[in-house]
Amino acid sequence: MSSGEVIISPPHMVGTKLQVENLNVIFTRDGKSTAVLQDINLEVSEGEFVCLVGPSGCGKSTLLNTLGGFLSPTSGTVSIDGEVVRGPDPRRIFVFQERGVFPWLTVEGNIGFGLFKLAHSERQVRIAHYVKMVGLGGFEDAYPSELSGGMKQRLEVARALAVNPDMLYLDEPFGALDSITRHTMRGELLRIWETERKTIVFVTHDIDEAVQLADRVVVMSARPAVIQQIVKIDIPHPRDISSPRYLELRDGILQQIGLAHKI
Amino acid sequence: MNPLAEPNKWERLLWPMLASALLLVLWHYAVLWSGTKVLPSPLQVERGMLELLYKNVLWQDIGSSLRRVAIGFGAATALGIPLGLILGWYPAANQIVNPVMQILRPISPIAWIPVAIILFGVGDNAAVFLIFLGAFFPIVVACVNGVSNVPLFYRRAGRNFGLMPAQLLTRVVFPAALPQIIIGLRMALGIAWLVVVAAEMVAVDSGLGYLVIDARNSGKRYDLVVAAMITIGVVGLALDSGFRRLEAIKSIRWGFGK
Amino acid sequence: MDDDHALDYVVDAVGKSKLECARIASKRQHQVKNAKRERKNILNLLVRLRPIAFIAVLLIAWQAAVSRHPVHTLPSPWGVVGGIADLLRHGLLFKYVVASLFRVTWGFGLATIIGIPLGLIVGWNRRSEMAINPLVQVFRPISPLAWIPLAILWFGVGDSAAIFLIFLGCFFPLLLTAINAVKNIPSVYVNAGRNFGLRPPDLVYRVLYPAVVPQLLIGLRITLGIAWLVVVAAEMIAVDSGLGFLIVDARNAGNRYDLVVAGMVMIGLIGLLLDTAMRSLETVKSFRWAYSED
Repeated sequence: MSSGEVIISPPHMVGTKLQVENLNVIFTRDGKSTAVLQDINLEVSEGEFVCLVGPSGCGKSTLLNTLGGFLSPTSGTVSIDGEVVRGPDPRRIFVFQERGVFPWLTVEGNIGFGLFKLAHSERQVRIAHYVKMVGLGGFEDAYPSELSGGMKQRLEVARALAVNPDMLYLDEPFGALDSITRHTMRGELLRIWETERKTIVFVTHDIDEAVQLADRVVVMSARPAVIQQIVKIDIPHPRDISSPRYLELRDGILQQIGLAHKI
Repeated sequence: MNPLAEPNKWERLLWPMLASALLLVLWHYAVLWSGTKVLPSPLQVERGMLELLYKNVLWQDIGSSLRRVAIGFGAATALGIPLGLILGWYPAANQIVNPVMQILRPISPIAWIPVAIILFGVGDNAAVFLIFLGAFFPIVVACVNGVSNVPLFYRRAGRNFGLMPAQLLTRVVFPAALPQIIIGLRMALGIAWLVVVAAEMVAVDSGLGYLVIDARNSGKRYDLVVAAMITIGVVGLALDSGFRRLEAIKSIRWGFGK
Repeated sequence: MDDDHALDYVVDAVGKSKLECARIASKRQHQVKNAKRERKNILNLLVRLRPIAFIAVLLIAWQAAVSRHPVHTLPSPWGVVGGIADLLRHGLLFKYVVASLFRVTWGFGLATIIGIPLGLIVGWNRRSEMAINPLVQVFRPISPLAWIPLAILWFGVGDSAAIFLIFLGCFFPLLLTAINAVKNIPSVYVNAGRNFGLRPPDLVYRVLYPAVVPQLLIGLRITLGIAWLVVVAAEMIAVDSGLGFLIVDARNAGNRYDLVVAGMVMIGLIGLLLDTAMRSLETVKSFRWAYSED
């Protein structure tokens, strides 16, 4: 900062990582068109943890796939760091449900999968680091078929983190796990996020999960999906899930989606 | 992997037709330009096919082949399914019988011809026996696998409702194994079709296999040879497709399958 | 009496010391356990021998049937053994087995080298698969033997014709196996590969190939079985060596049905051997992941 120079920030907000503008996705098949996503506008700041919630089949996964570059929008743009997204990129790694780990590679092989540009020694160091971080120590030579569901999920997270991406996209990663494991995994994910502050976009249909994890919760409607509401979760971590504020926020979202309170 | 790139339904007809047309054109010009005598051109084959149809030979031969397949395949089903179900249900029985089957199965039915002729004489019966042999083992294997793949909780549910073993077999295990059994039947039918053609080339004097050999032996009519071959392919495909339709109906009805 | 002797006296008087009792008790326990284990081992052995007993029963029934109906044509089991010995003595068995295996190797090998890569490429793109599949479905039900007139016309009677027939019998199933294997790759794997920045050649080598190998192995094993069936049939019709030829020749030149059945038995045994060998490939550690998955 010298002699009166004015620093003009780039057109997008400072700290904005992901920008979605007027996004529309329409699927056409055999002459029939289905509008899946309609007029989506969203901004995600750097290091933020954002959850997308909505009823099943509403298009959350479609949105995530578009953000990841696996689908092209019918109209509108998705940009990351000001650059329009044109395809998949190692700077933003997808974590699918545990079915995404490669069954023909060991734990070490999977974690090291994206590290082909590194020298061997550096690769080994990285792999060891992430094996430890996700708590899979001792299983380096195990194949995914020998691991439990939770372990496979952790493996996939480790594989994603190993390439040091800017963003992580998680598509209902804990959906196939039992509820106890899900609890543990949420804690693990937050712990990892607080260590390596990535920008995270997390899709789930579990509202509690969203309120427990996210800085902001994006509530989506049924198809054609629009953003109904964006709720800011202002409770600091670790969050007490019986605190009044938590329940208030959660109930608010429940109401938004229109679910009954009592079963 | 954009769903927007998923091909349209009408493309399912377009591409194969283009490919077939391309193949025919290549075939035609290859014969034309090389002036070869060893391959008939598509047009010659077509004329040959019409000749066979006109002389009524083709339908008769198709009928003969189908008849033999029906009897042989039918017998293989009638004997193979019960045996397969029993072997699948009693693993001990399977353990005893399996090695014998594993040794008999790799023996081509054609290799049985001398034995078949001793047992049944020259003619239809021998051919039907060969078809039976070809279809029998796949059917038994499919039944055994189908039964052993019935999830345990189906059997438990059956017992829970108080079914005796015989009822359990017929009312729970058999329906549950049926999708896999039907797939096995379809494969066995395909094998039966291959065997009948081969058997007819050696052991009888009617049918599509015989037509292939006869067309060549009496006059080197390679146009008829190829016409017969194409007929074999088309009828075989029709059998397979017909069976797949059957699979689709049953699978949908039972909510199984893909 | 000093103390030690006194102790011995007391011990003797009590009968046996506790330690001694314990030792005897544990020895008895061991004996019982060993007896149980031996019984179990014998039972296991008997169970393992059951199929052999079954085969023995069949052979005895066969022998009985033949001796009751002295049809001079159908051989008894003993006659078949004699036939095998005969073939071994004249060195024909080995020669014929090698001839058949040679043809299978060439026909199957060529079909693999051409069919599998072609199938992988065709199966990758939906449209090419749509184009090729129906054509294959028309060719597949045509028995390789129906190609014999054309094969002889093109290659003459001999090895090449037989190899061509085996090639035909293997090509279409292998093509379909490869196409289906590629179609069945879960898209997550491909997407993950692209996500990590893999260029297409790397994608093929590091994702596509490992993902298809298990299915390919199964298809290869089944197709090898087909090859074995075709070679025997082809040899019965189109060439003059090999196990199939043995069957036809033994019958034509002297009604040696003992040799006929001997040939059939050899065909069955070798076919089983080939199948078992291919199955063992499936247990190789780096492929086992696919078969242990639920």
